[in-house]
Amino acid sequence: MGLLARRNLFHDRVRFAVTLTGIVFALVLIIIQFGLFLGFTTTTSNNIDHSGADVWIVFHGVGYFDTGRNFSERKYYQVLAVPGVQQAEKYMQAFGRWKRPDGRIENIQVIGFHPGSRLGEPWNVVAGNLSDVKQEDAVLVHDLYREKLGVAKIGDRVEIGERRARVVGFTHGIRSFTTSPFVYTSFKNSLDYTNPASAENSTAYVLVKAAPGVAPRELQQRLRERLTDVDVYTTAEFSRRTRFYWMFTTGAGLAVLTAALMGLVVGIAVVAQTIYAATMDHIREYGTLKAMGATNRYLYRVLIEQAVWSAVLGYGLAMVVAHFIVQASEKGGALILMPVSMEIGMLFLAVAMCVMAALVSINKVTRLDPAMVFRG
Amino acid sequence: MMRETATDESRCVIRAKELSKVYREGTTELRALQGVDLEIRSGELTLLMGPSGSGKTTLLSILGCILRASGGTLELLGEMVSALPERELPRIRREAIGFVFQGFNLFPTLTAGENVELALDVRGVRGTAARRRAEELLAEVGLGEKLRAFPADLSGGQKQRVAIARSLAGDPPILLADEPTAALDWTSGRAVIELLQRLAREKGRAVVMVTHDPRVLSFGDRIVHLEDGRMVREEGASGHSGDVSMLLGTGMDPLLSTNTGRMSYEAL
Repeated sequence: MGLLARRNLFHDRVRFAVTLTGIVFALVLIIIQFGLFLGFTTTTSNNIDHSGADVWIVFHGVGYFDTGRNFSERKYYQVLAVPGVQQAEKYMQAFGRWKRPDGRIENIQVIGFHPGSRLGEPWNVVAGNLSDVKQEDAVLVHDLYREKLGVAKIGDRVEIGERRARVVGFTHGIRSFTTSPFVYTSFKNSLDYTNPASAENSTAYVLVKAAPGVAPRELQQRLRERLTDVDVYTTAEFSRRTRFYWMFTTGAGLAVLTAALMGLVVGIAVVAQTIYAATMDHIREYGTLKAMGATNRYLYRVLIEQAVWSAVLGYGLAMVVAHFIVQASEKGGALILMPVSMEIGMLFLAVAMCVMAALVSINKVTRLDPAMVFRG
Repeated sequence: MMRETATDESRCVIRAKELSKVYREGTTELRALQGVDLEIRSGELTLLMGPSGSGKTTLLSILGCILRASGGTLELLGEMVSALPERELPRIRREAIGFVFQGFNLFPTLTAGENVELALDVRGVRGTAARRRAEELLAEVGLGEKLRAFPADLSGGQKQRVAIARSLAGDPPILLADEPTAALDWTSGRAVIELLQRLAREKGRAVVMVTHDPRVLSFGDRIVHLEDGRMVREEGASGHSGDVSMLLGTGMDPLLSTNTGRMSYEAL
């Protein structure tokens, strides 16, 4: 049965090539769309997920990261007084205006943190030192945005909110989901760059580290009982809310998921058509098998084996193509992620897609009248 | 006489009684078979003859458990198969029947050996055992050296012999052949019919063959004539020797020559 499945599949090489093309096209489309989705979701919550905090204190009503709104720094001191708090740090997120050396203005997101605190610090610094951010006017930018921000190397000077800024390093892999790149600086500098009028007495977030043995949920509950006019989220909650906002409230996620679904549908249709055409080409042979006493189950196994072979070979080719695209995306504007779990999942999806595509042929063979073998 | 009847009884592998088949399409009914009584015995080559539309292939399909009769009973090897549910019929076909088709119905993507192995695979015989058995069967039909040849590289007669080898995969007591010589020249056709005759007489199989070919009449042990879905005549091999009247009404338009005192026909 296995031999028949393979011979039927590989015999017509043109048709087989069309089948593989359909599968590869569908899988690559799905991988790209899901990869974009993963890239988007990771990007939107990157700063939260890498913050090192257990709990985030945010202005009441702020639902996601990119709309941080300042509140009095007195909350920060109240937080420090709550039992179970090991460490708390003020943290800034606000939009600012970046003036390139050539005079052009770019919007940026200024992230202010306390260097050395290990809470809310940027990660993956690929040029310069994180500790240099302690210097006056020092900023870190993402290496992908050098051109956009008009800087090329450490030491380049620009202006943020009409105040001087100096590039002391570059990060990698910390993209912004919005069109405004993240620029990291000290908390003190961030206030100057974004809101000089209310400097020194406000913060957009307070990041809290729980003491050993205190669960984030427990600490969240204690903070909620003691703080007013702010919302208290565990890091996981705030990350989820931010991802949900960008992915579903804005419709961006739905768009890529819909495209991924379309890829799946197109893939099933293409594969179903080619497997069905191959089945029809061999329909008399299936009739002969039935006449010889082959059960429907035997015939299903032939068709399903063909589908699985198509899926596995198509998957292999699709992975090669997808890896090229994923690598290329690292230098592009949109991040496409393909974790190992997704690679494994795609294999199962490919097999499921091809087996589903074979159902049309299975239905045809099930209804096949073996008496056809006696007709001319 | 009583002893002979008992022997015939013990050799009977197919017993059909009052078989009928009605095809319905909308309000139209076509009676393809009506009240056919037939016994097929092992060790005999039985020829089913009749004009086109006489019901030969329908009868063969019913005998082969591929088609259900509309009425009557069918007993195969002592089992009342007409009473069995549909799902049981593939088992009957695997265990009891081998089929040979007019168009060979070989799998073009498989070699001769693999075609036979596939029939064994359907019956659960795989691996080395299947390969060895396929070699034996092809040798039995005189094609031992064509094991690795694809159907496209075989002549018509060789293809049909591969098909016969395949039909023997389950070692069936019954072989049903639908015009196995129709697509062959006489030399190849004769080899095929001789092979079928040998399988009947020497191997004790019951071979039923639908044919239009009057040249094969002398090879049959029994000849069953059908017309308009009815069995009109049944004759033994001696019954047709020199007797041309049996072909009248078959619609075959034979060219007849009796110059050797033995019949030979060339269908137009």
